[in-house]
Amino acid sequence: MEKAIVVKGLHKSFKNTEVLKGVDFEVKRGDIFALLGTNGAGKTTTVRILATLLKQDGGTVTVNGFDVATQSDHVRQAISLTGQFAAVDEMLTGRENLVMLAKLRHLKNSRQVADDMLKRFSLTEAADRRTSTYSGGMRRRLDIALSLIGNPKIIFLDEPTAGLDPEARIEVWKIVKELADNGTTILLTTQYLEEAEQLADRIAILHEGRIIASGTLSELKKLFPQTKVEYVEKQPTLEEIFLAIVGKKEAV
Amino acid sequence: MEATKKHFFSDMGVMLGRSMRHVFRSMDTIITVCIIPIAMMLLFVYVFGGAIQTESDNYVNYLLPGILLMAIASGISYTAYRLFLDKRSGIIERFRSMPISRSAVLWGHVLTSVVSNVISVVVIILVALLMGFRSSAGVLPWLAVAGILVLFTLALTWVAVIPGLTAKSVEGASGFSYPLIFLPFISSAFVPTESMPRVVRAFAENQPVTSIVESIRTLLSGQPLGNDIWVALAWCLGILIVAYLFAVRVYKRKAA
Repeated sequence: MEKAIVVKGLHKSFKNTEVLKGVDFEVKRGDIFALLGTNGAGKTTTVRILATLLKQDGGTVTVNGFDVATQSDHVRQAISLTGQFAAVDEMLTGRENLVMLAKLRHLKNSRQVADDMLKRFSLTEAADRRTSTYSGGMRRRLDIALSLIGNPKIIFLDEPTAGLDPEARIEVWKIVKELADNGTTILLTTQYLEEAEQLADRIAILHEGRIIASGTLSELKKLFPQTKVEYVEKQPTLEEIFLAIVGKKEAV
Repeated sequence: MEATKKHFFSDMGVMLGRSMRHVFRSMDTIITVCIIPIAMMLLFVYVFGGAIQTESDNYVNYLLPGILLMAIASGISYTAYRLFLDKRSGIIERFRSMPISRSAVLWGHVLTSVVSNVISVVVIILVALLMGFRSSAGVLPWLAVAGILVLFTLALTWVAVIPGLTAKSVEGASGFSYPLIFLPFISSAFVPTESMPRVVRAFAENQPVTSIVESIRTLLSGQPLGNDIWVALAWCLGILIVAYLFAVRVYKRKAA
């Protein structure tokens, strides 16, 4: 069981649209694996299949050694999903959200678990406020905290930084790195090349339902003279400029 | 499978606790559910009531069962509403990707509906008492009334789960209940069916509300039950089973 995730010949169609046309990739235990692609490339569909939310039409997927289609309950024991939109209960406080999840994971000391998470994600001050009052960054932090309860072996992060401002984004990156340092396997999807570059041990580029390139960053860099890849590369450069300016202002 | 079954009741308890918090943090939902039926009751008793001929001399007694059904019919639309919001916020996805019993999520919502409808029914009965409602029924008939109302709530709530899971908009999720709220008007809830034209009367006498209303009315007035109770139970159970099977299928298909 060296591989945390093995995907072979994955197919999925919605009505007449073929979204996944034979996707293959493997994720090593303890790695951060980035699935990179533009909107509509099939990233979310892939994650939903891996997280047992959607059944594939063809191909096999094993997660933590279990087949997602036939042993979904075993898969669910090992995984945690953070979807594209922060799935927190807005009527409850941050603490109540965490306690609820700890109870659903059948942990004994749910209050203590919640307190620890609040501290770890610097949400202690906001703990007893309803999450509807949280900022986007706080909500995402709580969302990830909810996913970590019960120490799942494999975590899926579907566009974890979409819609976040650059500072909140860097904060999420820090969390992801810490997780991987503790041995958690992470599969994340993103459309930002810089994010993949910053975080991932291995990167796969999903385009129009197929993996068109995969490997480590240095392996991918050898394929660079592709105009498509260059275009994506430019976007985070602007961000870097933005961050530099904002950082400078704050320094003044 | 084993692990999720073992935790079914504790998972359901967590889900129930969660959505009860939603109810108590938006008390307006219970108030809205109570206000329309109470307004109807005031209107029919103090405005139209004088002109309506029923076999009982106390029109509040005659009216109350239908008013309660109306309250439940509007109350259950909040289940559709809350389920829809859960689906839209993505929290259902989160629950689904966890090793918890899938039906625990739905049962949590359904039991919340039962609890909050019991609250509004009690409030309406208290208002009815102020308006002169009296019952000679003992404990057992009252329990039977409670049983019928809970069964009716369960049946309609499972109906509400379906639009909650399938609707594309908030309006669609809660709008389905309007015809249900008006069903008591074309029944023996407000006036005896004898005064209605033939076709309307045929409909009124054979739709579920009439048999349920008649059963509750008979129980509350302390009279012996006729066949109505069996018709009423058959309707409630029938709707419950069909809606439950359909709702679970929709939920599973959405998951597949």
